[in-house]
Amino acid sequence: MLGVVRKKMLGQSLLKIRPAVSVLRSYSSSAKHMTVRDALNSALDEEMSADQKVFLMGEEVGEYQGAYKISKGLLEKYGPERVLDTPITEAGFAGIAVGAAYHGLKPVVEFMTFNFSMQAIDHIINSAAKSNYMSAGQMSVPIVFRGPNGAAAGVGAQHSQCYAAWYASCPGLKVLTPYSSEDARGLLKAAIRDPDPVVFLENELLYGESFSVSDEVLDSSFCLPIGKAKIERVGRDVTITAFSKMVGHALKAAEILEKDGIDAEVINLRSIRPLDRSTINASVRKTNRLITAEEGFPQHGVGAEICASVVEESFAYLDAPVERIAGADVPMPYAANLERLAVPQVEDIVRAAKRACYRSVPLAAAA
Amino acid sequence: MASWGRRSSAVARRVSAFFTVDKAVQIRIGMRRYPFFNPAVSSALVPRPWPCVINMTSLFLVDRFTSSIAGSQADSRRADDDDNDNNYPAIDFPGGKVTYTTKLRFISGSSGKRIPCYRVLDDNGELLNNFNEVKKELAVKMYSDMVTLQIMDTFFYEAQRQGRISFYTTSSGEEAVNISSAAALSKDDIIMPQYREHGILLWRGFTLQEFANQCFGNKDDVGKGRQMPIHYGSSKHNFVTVSSPIATQLPQAAGVAYSLKMDKKDACVVAFIGDGGTSEGDFHAGLNFAAVMEAPVIFVCRNNGWAISTPISEQFRSDGVAVKGQAYGIPSICVNGTDALAVYSAIHAARNMAVNEQRPVLVETLAYRVGHHSTSDDSTKYRSLDEIEQWKTDRDPVNRFRKWVELNGWWSEREETELRSSVKKQASLMKAIQVAEGRKKPPLTELFTDVYHLPPSNLVEQEKQLRETVNKYPMDFPSDVSL
Repeated sequence: MLGVVRKKMLGQSLLKIRPAVSVLRSYSSSAKHMTVRDALNSALDEEMSADQKVFLMGEEVGEYQGAYKISKGLLEKYGPERVLDTPITEAGFAGIAVGAAYHGLKPVVEFMTFNFSMQAIDHIINSAAKSNYMSAGQMSVPIVFRGPNGAAAGVGAQHSQCYAAWYASCPGLKVLTPYSSEDARGLLKAAIRDPDPVVFLENELLYGESFSVSDEVLDSSFCLPIGKAKIERVGRDVTITAFSKMVGHALKAAEILEKDGIDAEVINLRSIRPLDRSTINASVRKTNRLITAEEGFPQHGVGAEICASVVEESFAYLDAPVERIAGADVPMPYAANLERLAVPQVEDIVRAAKRACYRSVPLAAAA
Repeated sequence: MASWGRRSSAVARRVSAFFTVDKAVQIRIGMRRYPFFNPAVSSALVPRPWPCVINMTSLFLVDRFTSSIAGSQADSRRADDDDNDNNYPAIDFPGGKVTYTTKLRFISGSSGKRIPCYRVLDDNGELLNNFNEVKKELAVKMYSDMVTLQIMDTFFYEAQRQGRISFYTTSSGEEAVNISSAAALSKDDIIMPQYREHGILLWRGFTLQEFANQCFGNKDDVGKGRQMPIHYGSSKHNFVTVSSPIATQLPQAAGVAYSLKMDKKDACVVAFIGDGGTSEGDFHAGLNFAAVMEAPVIFVCRNNGWAISTPISEQFRSDGVAVKGQAYGIPSICVNGTDALAVYSAIHAARNMAVNEQRPVLVETLAYRVGHHSTSDDSTKYRSLDEIEQWKTDRDPVNRFRKWVELNGWWSEREETELRSSVKKQASLMKAIQVAEGRKKPPLTELFTDVYHLPPSNLVEQEKQLRETVNKYPMDFPSDVSL
């Protein structure tokens, strides 16, 4: 579909040219760096310090300093009344936290991985998500459920699933997926301050990654808006949406594509529910091509929702079919070679972008 | 106030204090004395579920209705000391000191004798011992509310049968559990119901009109027509909205209690569960956690013999529910749920324990679910009519309480007639139901509010689209939904 005039959408903010801030280590000595782990830790620390009602609970969060050391130092600083080590009962402590939230406290519940949140999913959905609605506003649930989500490395099927699509399908919840340290700080602070229940999906492999952070990000009042995506890399030829770890993959793919003359725009979704449909659609109206990237299973995934949204709102602007890059439709295998095949790689995104730009035969035509 | 969290060394110290005992103590169980332990042993395993009680001998008198019953139950298993190994000292395992035995013996799955059921009145409504806790004014209010509850249940049940509301559950047979619990608590105590405790709301001032509004889901419903009937909720009355999944309120209760504890409030949480609900995983999590956190919660298990069609024998094989409390380190009691005064005094004592000692308590009330599980059930299909009739007439809690109130000269036949007619007619049930039925349903806006604190843009958009569609095609939409 030729003939659609490319236009500047959304003003100056989109056209700010910035280098990809993701996996490239910045060599400038004036820029500060922070790992995602430290970003989360500092965000928790600052929010607990600012509001006495915020407290942390989960398995190993206290004495052990956190299964992934996210809550390091918090037990020493705030004491056992605000950093609770729980017995092994996800359903139990999710229920307790919801009860505490009903009565005005602000719990931050850590799941060792979101795979274990399955044992508490009734409390997350039927108690936390729906209570404000069912009680006609009498019972609000200012709770945050956080923890690592998605595939790690070599942990097998029951430790590797991505739950973004599951939680994002439920009204009443907000679902956030930080990528960088800036995202981690800003979104966790926003989540803790938000009066609605928030599912905060982190990624184990990103905890150790370091990103540069500005002074604004380091300030204790820093906060990111929920429901706004971030354009990590401005481009003209194809839009790639991604969240969490896939943002890094998408940015790497964009570098490779640049060498082939394809200028990709990478959107870091940051928020799966509410989904920033306007940013996504504005980008697609500019580039006319869309690739969605996610780690989770393809059926009923985040990419499916984005594709539907774009078809509903920007169909006339699409020059190529939307392609979804997702994990393989199998429980995650353990063997390293099989695992690599089950998770999207940078090359998959590159190939998909080329197909969208008609540099190679589109999948639909190849059948 | 006991603080709840400990580091592991402190835990070991505290738990070992839990388990040491003064050598010179003897325990009296019933009228017999048992030497509690061999004096040659320096320390013995002594279950002391309530550390602040100092006088050991007074604890185990069986005629005391407080938590001693749990203690004596446990002690009868440990009373024979021929299996104490004299030559070895207690070993310090994580979790406390334990003594050895060389005798291979399993603790029986059930103790020989069942936990006795506490009561105050006999079957004829006469006191068995002195009882001064309930005075005339309170007794009259309790009785009136029990009668109102019974009549209300009948009327709403009939309304469902007539197709006017979609669903209802009665509390027949458990009026005393409802009203006496409410009477024994303060209005600041937070109730986390299952779904058969609407009598508590009645006691606290929820009007018959408000009950009717919720059942009909009209625009005046406090719950904005969001929930199916009997899922009442009122933050004003400290009654948390009924939630259908069973037992989820139990760990939540521990969480609410934790919040009360942090606020240092003179209040506790009272969470209700049925006999069937004790099978849920959340029952375990809730009680276990409340004990660990030392949360001021009263867990009230309304054991009414049936979980829809599942009788007790198919629900669990333990000695009722009260015995499970000890497994979590929670003081427990078994109470006659058809005896209004017994329920009152047990809940009152439980509340004092929960608030003053900042700990959970378990109260099991034994009663019978006279009515069907709900309007979707016909219980004659799985139990005999004779059994239902017997409980309905011989052991009706309302009648028994009435006899006691009348014996005191606080009530008469004339007042009875007046009460029943006023509840049924003027400004009461009939009118409430008629008015509620006639009122409009909630407006369209209420479809979209309260999903989140602030309406998100997609819902604002959807509401706008819906209004446009309704305006464009009014014949496709019901006329009783105001825009």
